[in-house]
Amino acid sequence: MTYAIQAEGLVKRFGETEALAGVDFEAREGTVLGVLGPNGAGKTTAVRILATLLRPDEGTARVGGFDVVRDAHRVRQSIGLTGQYASVDEMLTGTENLVMIGRLLGRPRREAKRRAAELLERFELWDARDRATKTYSGGMRRRLDLAASLVGDPKILYLDEPSTGLDPRSRGGLWDIVRDLTDDGVTVLLTTQYLEEADQLADDLVVIDHGKVIADGTPNELKTQVGGQVLEVRPVTAADNVTVARVVDELVGVPPQVEEGLVSVAVKDPAVLPAIVRRLDDAGVIVGELSLRKSSLDEVFLSLTGHRAEEPTDDNDELIKEESPV
Amino acid sequence: MSAITQTAPAAVPLHRRVSPLEGLRHTFTLTWRILVQIKHNPMELMDFSVQPIMFVLLFTYVFGGQMAGSPQAYVQYMLAGIMVQNALFATLNTGMGLNTDITKGVFDRLRSLPIAQAAPLASRILSDSAKQAWSIILILGIGMLIGFEPISALGVLEAFALVLVFTMAFAWVAVLIGMIVDEPEKVMIFGFTTVFPLSFTSTAFVKIETLPGWLQAWAKVNPVSNLADATRGMLVGGPIASPTIKSLLWAAAIMAVAAPLAVRTLRRRV
Repeated sequence: MTYAIQAEGLVKRFGETEALAGVDFEAREGTVLGVLGPNGAGKTTAVRILATLLRPDEGTARVGGFDVVRDAHRVRQSIGLTGQYASVDEMLTGTENLVMIGRLLGRPRREAKRRAAELLERFELWDARDRATKTYSGGMRRRLDLAASLVGDPKILYLDEPSTGLDPRSRGGLWDIVRDLTDDGVTVLLTTQYLEEADQLADDLVVIDHGKVIADGTPNELKTQVGGQVLEVRPVTAADNVTVARVVDELVGVPPQVEEGLVSVAVKDPAVLPAIVRRLDDAGVIVGELSLRKSSLDEVFLSLTGHRAEEPTDDNDELIKEESPV
Repeated sequence: MSAITQTAPAAVPLHRRVSPLEGLRHTFTLTWRILVQIKHNPMELMDFSVQPIMFVLLFTYVFGGQMAGSPQAYVQYMLAGIMVQNALFATLNTGMGLNTDITKGVFDRLRSLPIAQAAPLASRILSDSAKQAWSIILILGIGMLIGFEPISALGVLEAFALVLVFTMAFAWVAVLIGMIVDEPEKVMIFGFTTVFPLSFTSTAFVKIETLPGWLQAWAKVNPVSNLADATRGMLVGGPIASPTIKSLLWAAAIMAVAAPLAVRTLRRRV
């Protein structure tokens, strides 16, 4: 197994706070590694270390086979970085930004221009190519950021909360792009607070909280390993909720959640299902919906961290506004 | 999705480090980035064009009669002072630009690229020196239009070079401030509270004998006095050697303190 990214025992302190308290993970070549965690969990610090922008206080990391501290220049030749903090120059146009990066990467002027045009078209920014990027919308900025990180055809791409502040359509477009990239053999490290995003894209997941990895595995493994399964029962008559909840409580041994006519509970042993059906039948409750499913990542996250993944949309819209020039 | 990668060049062997020549090329590309912004924001050009012109005209015609008996007599004396003051103010742009790059995240993007790590900073200083040169030429040009008479072309070149060298050293102070403060505007505040008093308590605009005794003592050691005296000597005559040596020593001292601090702050901040 070849790993594109290997982090071992990463520790980073800022003054008193320990942003990373010994983090290990690896990303297999050509796959998407999702790094999940709430705000302030240490995701961005980890990405900044892997992008050679920060030195770890302890531990080592290898990217594309090179040490991020000792061989930083070689690492920089292999990576592309997109994040809220790694931005394009908003005084320049879309074209100028991409051409500049091409030139910095040593491409001849004509080649840099051709590449810029290609990316602008691919990311639906062609019509805005000659406008200063400070006039771009949040979604356009994100797309240009992503385009900028792809100018050099990186083998390894860091996407630090790439879809924060994007509308659902743009988010879907971003996911398509990520899938295309991995089809071409690019390794992607994706940090996100959106569980759906991780579920959609990631081959492997690590969950970070308070600077530590608290779980890892494929999305399916995590769902099975942590939450077991979820039993959901919806009686035809909403008033039967109470009876259903009582029966479930007795047989599973855990008080279920009742929300909008749906009774749900995490179950370890699926054999409980027939017993529940029998008891509800005896009680004369007509069941409209009955299902046993794997827990969602949201539930996994909740049980791992003790809190739900934040919904970052509003905050980050603010952030984008603040970033725009006066 | 071949559109994105089909043009990928054949695998190039990765380089261990940046060659000096490449580093220079990176610096020039990034200097282009800063200078091309003027095209999108012509107000910036006004910034470092209008202000020098306005200062020359106002000081000459408003203060000239009072200070030296006539505008023509005063412009001979104070043009060197305007040159110095304007140049010191202009260094603040280096700090502001740098702070903007850091707070907006441009700096991180650049540093994640395989380029000389000094290039983003070096390009700031280089592009601001170009703007400096432009302002100095404007000041000299406007001055000569309204009656300023330098003693020799060589003197003008010397003065030009001295001011440029001094400001490149002083720019490190602005760089340091740019690293420390959390928003670009605060660099300007620093400027007004240091550069302004420094240049007005010097011999940039007035003869030292006219100051009260305690202020004379300060004006004598004020580096801006040395720089203004040396520049004036080169432009219109007067002692040159001593103030020039003192200016250069000051420049060396300022840089010796500010540059390592700035580099260290940069390392820690990013």
